[in-house]
Amino acid sequence: MSEHEHDHPHDPIGNGDEPPAAARARALELLLIEKGAISRDDVRKRIDWLVSRSPADGARLVARAWVDRDFRQRLLSDARSAALELGLDPGPSPVVVAVENTDDVHHMVVCTLCSCYPRALLGPPPAWYKSLPYRSRAVSDPRGVLDEFGVELGDDVELRVLDSTADIRYLVMPRRPAGTEGMSEDELAALITRDSMIGVAQPAAPAPIG
Amino acid sequence: MTYHPGQRVRVADRAHDGHHRTPGYVKGKTGTVERAYASFTNPETRAYGDDGLPQQPLYLVGFAQRDVWPDYPGASRDRIYLDLFEHWLEDAE
Repeated sequence: MSEHEHDHPHDPIGNGDEPPAAARARALELLLIEKGAISRDDVRKRIDWLVSRSPADGARLVARAWVDRDFRQRLLSDARSAALELGLDPGPSPVVVAVENTDDVHHMVVCTLCSCYPRALLGPPPAWYKSLPYRSRAVSDPRGVLDEFGVELGDDVELRVLDSTADIRYLVMPRRPAGTEGMSEDELAALITRDSMIGVAQPAAPAPIG
Repeated sequence: MTYHPGQRVRVADRAHDGHHRTPGYVKGKTGTVERAYASFTNPETRAYGDDGLPQQPLYLVGFAQRDVWPDYPGASRDRIYLDLFEHWLEDAE
């Protein structure tokens, strides 16, 4: 059948301001439900799980590693087990890797092919993480990207970009800021931002003691 | 696992018709195996509804940024790491 055999004009049926990609995803979802590949409940449960995750879990891991040398070692050798040890859900990925930023080495994470991200420990990725400009420039000009995020690295610091192209999920363990020696684990966790665990920011500075 | 950490490997420089997880920017480049992870289902077949078996060994491979991008604007010591499946790697030693 050709596209417009009937004789009256009309506008295509849309869904307000829904972007084409969202409309496509919705159509695919409906088809998969219709074919019995997934159920509406599966979709709702996954969405509920995803939005229930937050960077607070990742921050708990990092804060514990800052105050406990043995835990830090366990986090760096097997982040999945370390998360389970704290009662946190490390997510479906069988391997979660934590990489440590030091005075000499800075890590940042990108997924050039899509939006792979340690969602279980950091929650849904920010929109910029999924954007083409970040995904392309984080690999070819990462210092330029860091500069835009307000992170200035000296040339003596080795910058390591991790492009998570497969099944492994990467979490950056940022450097513990100076002046936090007396802080509790909970106070430290509050300094550990989402962006610092992606590697595009340093942790927040401690509030000056007034 | 055929390759071991510290080993030099070259990424196959071949086209692949269909879904695959080896970005074009590292094809043909030589790097060093950083970690030998384990075997995982093959995304090249799993993407089309297949079970992705047999599983393929997966490695973390590191490259000097200047080997990947000849005009890399950052420091010469900077590196980039990718997770790459064994069937995309060749021995470069």
